[in-house]
Order: sequence, then C-alpha cells, then structure tokens
Amino acid sequence: MNRYLVQRAGFALLALAALVVVVPILLVIGTIVVRGMRAINWEFLTAMPRDGMKAGGILPAIVGTLLLSVGTALVAIPVGVGGAIYLSEYARDTWLTRAIRLAIINLAGIPSVVYGLFGLGLFVLFLHFGTSIVAGSLTLAIMTLPIIISTAEEALRSVPVEFRTVSASLGGTRWQGIRNIVLPQALPGIITGVILGLLRAAGETAPILFTVAAFYLPRLPRSPLDQTMALPYHLYVISTQVPGMPAQVQYGTALVLLALVLSMNVVATVIRSTFRRRRQW
Amino acid sequence: MNQPQRFRWAEFTIEALIRVLGFSTIGFVLLIFLFLLREGLPTFFEVPLGNLFGTRWYPTFDLFGTLPLILGSALVTLTAIVIALPLGVATAVFVREVAPGWARELLKPMIEVLAGIPSVVLGFFGMTVIAPLVRQTLGAPTGLTAFTGALILAYMSLPTLISVAEDALDAVPKSYRDAGLAMGATQWQTIWRVVVPAARSGIVTAVMLGLGRAIGETMAVMMVTGNAARLPLTLDSLFRPVRTMTATIAAEMGEVAQGSVHYHALFAIGIILFLMTFLINLAAALTIFQKRRRGGLR
Repeated sequence: MNRYLVQRAGFALLALAALVVVVPILLVIGTIVVRGMRAINWEFLTAMPRDGMKAGGILPAIVGTLLLSVGTALVAIPVGVGGAIYLSEYARDTWLTRAIRLAIINLAGIPSVVYGLFGLGLFVLFLHFGTSIVAGSLTLAIMTLPIIISTAEEALRSVPVEFRTVSASLGGTRWQGIRNIVLPQALPGIITGVILGLLRAAGETAPILFTVAAFYLPRLPRSPLDQTMALPYHLYVISTQVPGMPAQVQYGTALVLLALVLSMNVVATVIRSTFRRRRQW
Repeated sequence: MNQPQRFRWAEFTIEALIRVLGFSTIGFVLLIFLFLLREGLPTFFEVPLGNLFGTRWYPTFDLFGTLPLILGSALVTLTAIVIALPLGVATAVFVREVAPGWARELLKPMIEVLAGIPSVVLGFFGMTVIAPLVRQTLGAPTGLTAFTGALILAYMSLPTLISVAEDALDAVPKSYRDAGLAMGATQWQTIWRVVVPAARSGIVTAVMLGLGRAIGETMAVMMVTGNAARLPLTLDSLFRPVRTMTATIAAEMGEVAQGSVHYHALFAIGIILFLMTFLINLAAALTIFQKRRRGGLR
C-alpha cells in the first residue's frame, strides 16, 4: 500500500504549491489594505496634493485615471466589439482570418512599455496630439483591444447556432439576426470582457509614461488635449522619484488604485456568474 | 408575394465597417512595428554595431551597449520562469485534478485577482516589503536585486501559466484517466504518467506565454531590480542589481531629447523587445493552431 502513501504525500505537496501561490496574494492585498486605510479620509480622496505631494489628496490622479478609462472605452469598445463580431459571425477559416488571430495574439503579447513608445511616436509626435489624454487613451485602447476582442468573441460564439438559423428562417438578414438576437444574448459576456480590458488599462503605467502622465499637476485637466496625473503613475512617482515621502501617502494611493481595479474585477465576475446561472441554453 | 428587395444601405455600411474593424488588428500590429522602425532604425546608422552590441550602456558617454540590458532581461525572466513553472504546473494540476470543489472555487478567483493587481502595486509592495526581506536574508547592501525582480515576475506570470496549463489538462480526454485508473494505477500515478505527459505541449505553450508576459513586464521590474546596467555574468549576479530592457526604456525616455541618438537607441531596444515577444508568441500560437488542426483540443 506504499503507493497510496506516495499519493497522499504528493497531493499534500500540490496543496502546498497552491498555498505558496495564494498566500502571498493575500499578504499583498492585506498589507496594502491595512496600511492604506490609515491614509484614507475625505480630504485624501477629494483634495489637490500639497507640499510636493506629501500632503493633501490625490483627486487629480483619481480623476485622471477615470478620464483615461472613459477615453479608452470610447475607442476600444466599438473597435473591439466590431472586431469580435467580424471574427465570430463573418470570418471564414482563411489565411486572412488566421492572420487576424495571429495579430491579436501578438498585440496581447507586446510589452506595455513598447505600447508607450508607439503612442509617443504616433499619437504624441507624428499626429501632434502632444502628451495628452487623447494620446494616452488611444494608446491604452489599442493595448486593451486583444482582451476585449477575445472575450467578446467567446461570448458571441457561445450563443447557439440555432438562434441565428431561426432568425434567418423568419426572414431576418444576417445583420438583423446579429443585432436583435445574438448581441443581446452575448451582452453580459461582452460587458465582462470590456470591464476586464478597462481594468487592465486603468492599472497600467508604462503606456502612459510618455503619452499623458504629468509628474505633478495639482488641478483637473481642462480639455482632452491636456495632460493629467494618473493613479498608477502617481504611485510610481511617489514611491521612487520623491525622497522623504510619507509611507502613509504611498500606501493610501496604492490602496485607492487596488480598490478601483479589484472592484471592477468583482463586478465583472458577478456579471459573468449571474449570467451563466440565468441563461437557459 | 415577393416584395422587391430594397438594397439596405444601413446594413451594407455596418457590415462593411465590421469587416474593417475585423482587419484593424492587423493594421495596428503593422502600425506599431512601422513606428518602432521609423524612430528606432536610425540607431543602426548612428551607432556602430560594435558599440550597439557592446558591453557598456552609458548614453551620456555615447556608449549604447545593449548587451547588459538584454542579458539582464534574460536573467530576470528565466529565473522567474524557473520559479513559476513548478509552482504553476503544480497549482494547475491541484486545481484541475485533485482539489475538492470548495478549494477550486476559492483558488480560481484568487488567481484572477492576482492577474488584476496592477504591476506598479506589485512593484511598490516589492520595494517596501520584499526588498528589505531579501536584503536581510542575504546580508547584501541592497535588496533591489535581479532575484527580487524574478520573484515578483514569477507571480505576475503565474495567472497566465496556470490558466493555460489548466486548459491543457482540461483537454486531456477523460478516457485517458479512466484507462490509467482501470490498469490499477493510483490517481497520483495516472496524473504524472498519463495526464500531464498528454498535456505536455499545452504546458509548453503555457510556459512560452508566461515567458512572453515576463520579458515585457516593466514597472514592477524597474522598481525592484535596482537598475544597474552591468553585465550579469558572475555567479552572484542574481543577487545583485540588474537592469532590464523594459526598465531602461521606461526610466530614460522621459529625459531624452526627441530625435537624439539616445532617443533612437531606446526605440531600437523597443524593436528588439517587439521582435522577441513576437517570436515567442508566434511559437506559442503555432502550437495552438497545430493542435486545432489535429483536432487534439477536444
């Protein structure tokens, strides 16, 4: 019966590995929540930074990140969902379609800092948008495309083929079937994908380094062509670039960013699971 | 009664638009490559190749040796994978084959949460918590070392590694497991002698995607590796500061004059990074496509 002992030991080892993966995650979140909570108060969330960012609040960084997310959504949602509809409903299995899939895999793998270089080269300099919310949003939008396209395509594909055939049998055109039947059914899945994409964009630093982020700008942006502070870049700045920064402010900023991103994550998960439970096919 | 079919302009426009959007991703990849080339190619004319692939990166003295940066990236990334591979595969096997339902329901969201934590936040945690720990345990002058970076990178590549490895295990037909068990093997033996070998190519894909993710990671690495551009050739390099390609771009691009040699050189590093991740992802994609064609994914 020795081999059953081996199995026991083996399973214990696997469980240990899973613990080694999970416990640090809890530690990271726990540490940041516990230490960050001390910094969080009304002023921290709603005031401009003061004293070289060592006091006051982080309002411009919060607003900046929200504006960048909105800008990203405006571009990435139509392009991403459109691309997904093409891949799921129109594309046939040709070499061109395979090239599109390869492009998506490749886009997903391009390092975030390379997106930053690209945004700098194309949007900031070539198109003369300057370091601006527009340039940053466009850069982030292209970066989030692969996430949105692949999750949205999966959502569209999960709608049974019969739904489309029935629509066609009633005299609907292909587009009518997509608009009236397939899209509404796939919507929760698409929304989940969009949120996952946007939360990635909201948390990224490298793509906005040279395209939008302002080191210290204690006012709200006035136009889409304005620079702005942003939470991830702000956290980077106050933890590496400014000596003598109170740890409380650093942890507070980290907590706000983490809370923003993880709450979006939870929303996405909830939408996905309620949808899975409710659907009848 | 056949009504004369009107030509539907709105529909035609929308379908044309969708086609364009479908192809847009190819356009974006080309556009990215084009602009990297446009800003980065001049380097190869401005800087002699001997300098460009030399061992010293001191832009203020016109020394643009990318070798320490490339090797720095390689050291950090490979170490990260060495840490992440056993952890990731073991976790995937645990989640997919062994764990009771409640443990699975607990583990999967946690791993998704890890994937969602922004890299600056992990970098910040690495700086403030892990680096001091590394410094104390090593007795080194600084905790900002290649090892610290590799540790954080390992965790950042775990979600990708685990989910792709899980898919690979998932794709192994149940009949394989049944056959293993029917021959009198324990579940443990079946897992390691039948299921994991059958999922091998998927696990290789998982490692490659994790590698691609790790080599391009910027902020966390920049914040915890100490950023000293020295050749990591000695044995103790792992526990010394190191500088990666991504960190170099991120740290220096803000300070260079547009159009200067240094500016072009940073874009040239971008080209190298782009090509590296492209090749890694291409290789991973090919294994996926191949499996689809063989019908092995289901």
